[in-house]
Amino acid sequence: MSSSRRDLAFAALTLALFLAVTFAFPGFAAPRNLAGLLDDTAILIMLALGQMLVILVRGIDLSIAANLALCGMIAAVFDRAWPGAGVVPALVITLVSGALLGAFNGLLVWKLRLPPIVVTLGTMSIYRGAIYLLSKGAWVNENEMSRGFVSFPRLEFLGLSLLSWLAIVVAAVFMVALRRSRTARDLYAAGGNPEAANYSGIDAGRMQFIAYTICGAIAGVCGYLWVARFAVAYTDIALGFELSVIAACLIGGVAIAGGVGSAVGVVLGCLFIGIIRSSLPLVGISAFWQMFINGVVILVAVFLSARQREYKRAILEVRA
Amino acid sequence: MRPTNLLRWETMLAAVLVVEFIVFSAVSPYFLSVDTLSDATFNFTERAIVALPLALLIIAGEIDISVAAIIALASVAMGLASAQGVGTSGIAAIGLCTGLLAGCINGALVTIGRVPSIVATIGTMTLFRGAAYAVLGDRVLKDYPESFAAFGQGYLAGPVSIELALFVVFALAFGVFLHRTRWGRTIFAIGANPVASRFAGVPVNRYRFALFALTGLFSGLAAVLLTSRLGSTRPSIAQGWELEIISMVILGGVSVWGGKGSVLGVVLAALVFGLVTFGLGLMNIPGIVMSIFIGTLLILVVAVPALLNRARVSR
Repeated sequence: MSSSRRDLAFAALTLALFLAVTFAFPGFAAPRNLAGLLDDTAILIMLALGQMLVILVRGIDLSIAANLALCGMIAAVFDRAWPGAGVVPALVITLVSGALLGAFNGLLVWKLRLPPIVVTLGTMSIYRGAIYLLSKGAWVNENEMSRGFVSFPRLEFLGLSLLSWLAIVVAAVFMVALRRSRTARDLYAAGGNPEAANYSGIDAGRMQFIAYTICGAIAGVCGYLWVARFAVAYTDIALGFELSVIAACLIGGVAIAGGVGSAVGVVLGCLFIGIIRSSLPLVGISAFWQMFINGVVILVAVFLSARQREYKRAILEVRA
Repeated sequence: MRPTNLLRWETMLAAVLVVEFIVFSAVSPYFLSVDTLSDATFNFTERAIVALPLALLIIAGEIDISVAAIIALASVAMGLASAQGVGTSGIAAIGLCTGLLAGCINGALVTIGRVPSIVATIGTMTLFRGAAYAVLGDRVLKDYPESFAAFGQGYLAGPVSIELALFVVFALAFGVFLHRTRWGRTIFAIGANPVASRFAGVPVNRYRFALFALTGLFSGLAAVLLTSRLGSTRPSIAQGWELEIISMVILGGVSVWGGKGSVLGVVLAALVFGLVTFGLGLMNIPGIVMSIFIGTLLILVVAVPALLNRARVSR
């Protein structure tokens, strides 16, 4: 099954889930509710797209949530120090610091060829600890943040929050760029078969570096958005969120072995999780079941994709 | 890594351990007493007990991220059993069986389902932890029988806790198993080259399944000890432990690419880890700062050999 056919099948499944919930609870499809659902899923969508790039090149970024939290704290501390500075500096600062944190991961993986899981496990602890050093363990609360800083992601255009629009723009850019740009082709090639990519003049390590840097930059900006949306910054924000992000990628059909995945699939994966999350209270199931359901969905998704990949890759790579 | 290099790695860990002893006893007058050191062992024994089978699994080229979630699931199972009036030995048995069962699920996914172990265990980690949350919600289970506290709080003889004794016994057993038996050598072979091992007639998948089951069983054991020590079960129990346990194994010189590592290294790393946690606690340094230290150490452990290798190649 090709990637686009999988996306189509998964889109049908997501739509069926949506229709089933709407059929049982007509209020679910109300524009207000859907806008809320998109707003809740927006940060997950952006992070999952960044994570997808890293997984495409056979990496994994476990530090994505710690990066987000650190950049969020940087933005909050900056805003507390210069309340009049506005949103643009906060965005630029988080973009740059996030990209640097991501690039650090990328450099270690590229130049020293260290295993991605160990590198990002390490930086995850380091970034998380750095938040504590930066904030001295204290919280930055809403009353210490400037009004413009907090309200930015909640500004509304055409019924959707600015946060939702950002996610839509990022998703659209990914959908076009992954199909049209040369860098994206190189990314897929480097992840699909690094050896072959090397022979055709693509530096697989460099592609990993690029993927980590972009992923980090996205995580950084999401850090500001997260802090502004929830109007609080502390050491433990988004703790463990990296797993939700990776889960969204896996559900969306990104293969952990690299080279397989699409922006459409990842966005659908995020929406799928979002629909389940927002329909649980309607069905009367406690929110505590969310994680369990995610687990079931991940396992079904990876189990099914393991069958397909085996069939496709059997000719090229021998596995025990 | 050659045996001589490997020896050097463990010597380095031992040196770090000595430095820790000197620094902490200089900093705190309370550090160098039998009671303090005995207390310090509680900081790492439970994690180290899981690190032993996990080291074997990583040497065999696989990984299990679900260990902490298994601990949570087993702890919830024990809490529910205890609420039904099951006795102490029954509770412990249920904890072990839950762990074993969870490990078998991981093993089946990887061998029969042919799912890469990292993905499979990310899935089961979410599933097991999710099940713990689904069953318990925000409740706490804490009506354990009094005798149940013996596992995690009891002492075998003098300052030697039952936890520590268990760890020592299992460390020796795993050391002998990995380095002195045919099965141990086979594990190295599988990690170094699974395809060649398969062609050499090794039942690779049977080994993988057994190692996942073993890791599950020991996570169950850790759940018994931890639950007994805390005397209560929350679904968030042992949160984040998977990272600390994996860090311990990698710090011990086990290669994430598989095929390399030693039990002695893992034991030393566990000691280093436990002492750092405890010593920094004595110095009133918060755990989160310590995570910077562990994270840096983790990267250095893999970066230094890579840098040395590079220097050697370019020369």
